[in-house]
Amino acid sequence: MKGNEAIAEASIRAGADAYFGYPITPQSEIIEYLMAERPEERTGMVVLQAESEVASINMVYGAASCGKKVLTTSSSPGMSLMQEGISYMAGAELPCLLVNVVRGGPGLGTIQPSQADYFQSTKGGGHGDYRLYVLAPASVQEMSDFVKDGFEIAFKYRNPVLIQSDGVIGQMMEKVELFDPIPRWTDEEIREKSESWALVGKPAHRERNIITSLDLDPSKQEMHNHHLQEKYRRMEEEDVRYESIDCEDADYVIVAYGSSARISLKAVRLAREKGHKVGLLRPITLYPFPRKPLAALVPHLKGVLSVEMSAGQMVEDVKLAVECKVKVEHYGRYGGMVPSPEDVLHALENKLIGG
Amino acid sequence: MDLKDIIKEENLVYKKTPLLTDKPLSYCPGCGHGTAHRITMEVLEEMNIQSETLGVAPVGCSVLAYEFMNIDMVQAAHGRAPAVATGMKRVYPDKFIFTYQGDGDLAAIGTAETIHACNRGENFTIIFINNGIYGMTGGQMAPTTLPGMRTSTSPYGRDVHMMGNPLKITELVAQLPGTYFVTRQAVHNPAAARRAKKAIRTAFEVQKLNKGISFVEIVSNCNSGWKLPPVKANEWMVENMFPYYPLGDIKVDGVMVVKS
Repeated sequence: MKGNEAIAEASIRAGADAYFGYPITPQSEIIEYLMAERPEERTGMVVLQAESEVASINMVYGAASCGKKVLTTSSSPGMSLMQEGISYMAGAELPCLLVNVVRGGPGLGTIQPSQADYFQSTKGGGHGDYRLYVLAPASVQEMSDFVKDGFEIAFKYRNPVLIQSDGVIGQMMEKVELFDPIPRWTDEEIREKSESWALVGKPAHRERNIITSLDLDPSKQEMHNHHLQEKYRRMEEEDVRYESIDCEDADYVIVAYGSSARISLKAVRLAREKGHKVGLLRPITLYPFPRKPLAALVPHLKGVLSVEMSAGQMVEDVKLAVECKVKVEHYGRYGGMVPSPEDVLHALENKLIGG
Repeated sequence: MDLKDIIKEENLVYKKTPLLTDKPLSYCPGCGHGTAHRITMEVLEEMNIQSETLGVAPVGCSVLAYEFMNIDMVQAAHGRAPAVATGMKRVYPDKFIFTYQGDGDLAAIGTAETIHACNRGENFTIIFINNGIYGMTGGQMAPTTLPGMRTSTSPYGRDVHMMGNPLKITELVAQLPGTYFVTRQAVHNPAAARRAKKAIRTAFEVQKLNKGISFVEIVSNCNSGWKLPPVKANEWMVENMFPYYPLGDIKVDGVMVVKS
């Protein structure tokens, strides 16, 4: 099935209570699949087309406030519209799943694939000090699996989780093994899991629950920020994910995620055929970035090539990870252009191996 | 007579509902928000639905409504309360959901969310406080500011040729098939407050019918923003606001009220 369809089917199987979204290329198949599939009959899941991305993220905010499993999906311009709501959700500590099937920008840009939303996704995106937990699928299989994993992480940390895909992964077709359906939580289960914070209706015996990101007292707001930062440090300690291929003996490592990782893996094979010892480190979580695993490789490396479909965004995290101990170069196509494995190999040879 | 002789159950004429917290209100003396909060919470108490009711606070003077209303509540981004309430009602169709919003929130920055929630016929209640001005940010022009009315961003009076006309959003949403009960009330005297309370009760009751939005506008004062003492502010409201925003039911049981 298509990557976008895998997201949609996985959301039903993950026991999501609601999907709110607004059509935008290249991810409209998600809401189309959901509307055609009638999840309200399969599981009772609500699917609603909102009047805008601004409305859909706020519908997510409302449903997530109630302790429900809820998601929205969009592509770059739509994600920009959602940033206010995402900042509120991070501030109010609400779990939810977001999917960005990235297209080229800036502005209306193009509908072709891109990875130029890395900064927006990993550095906050909206206003204030906050982070999303960001998963980057590199296959249709991962589009499905990460929906389930994403909800688990979202509720573990009470924080929005973002699946950062791109037009290639969203549109391509691959075989996928779908996980067994997880039943939706009953209202009793939600009370059990989340009544300490969620809006379920205030019984006489407990204090009211309030979902807000507002605290006008700066000393309390600083404490709240401190608490958020502790949560992000815990993510960095406990939930970094990455894949390492042929890095053990490598002189050079390519760092790439999503569709760039697939292209770069082919480039690694081509390089090995030519006798270059090259490996691939694929960040699966873009935040938290796999800094330690990359830093651990540095002592035996001669160079690192960061490959992204952007003008150079992730390369900044790569440089922070290696702390100037080894040469780091960036190679990217952008504006909707996708590099070939040969392009990546040439960049590796020209910028690092030959240089 | 000792004070203890007076404070007896049989002499009790008024008791604050336990659905209002003991936190001192953050509103200016004379402001209508306090009364609007009270009658809303009294309705929930009288209907005994407080444990099944979730509220949405806006951005504006009533941003801290959750500090005063003793029920589970969420604070929404500016103008987004109807979208937030949509998300809540869709996942909890059996609960009572309401938003409490001011005119800047509902009729300027949140116009799209208001119109579309009303047009979809979501089954929640919108309580809309219209005082024709931005109170919290210090008295700027609102979408509902009257022609010629002075505010800090229309210091020479609202020039409708340059700044547009005040928006009668309540009449506008009444035209949509998704609204079931639309009314305009006030809380400036006991009779008006009683009528407003009755309207809010109707608004919550019709949620059970699943026939669409119930929308209660309360035309209110802003003595600080209008720079008038409370009594004068209410007089000014009666003389100037009510002619432009006439009180009364606009749509009942899904049918427009015909004014004779």
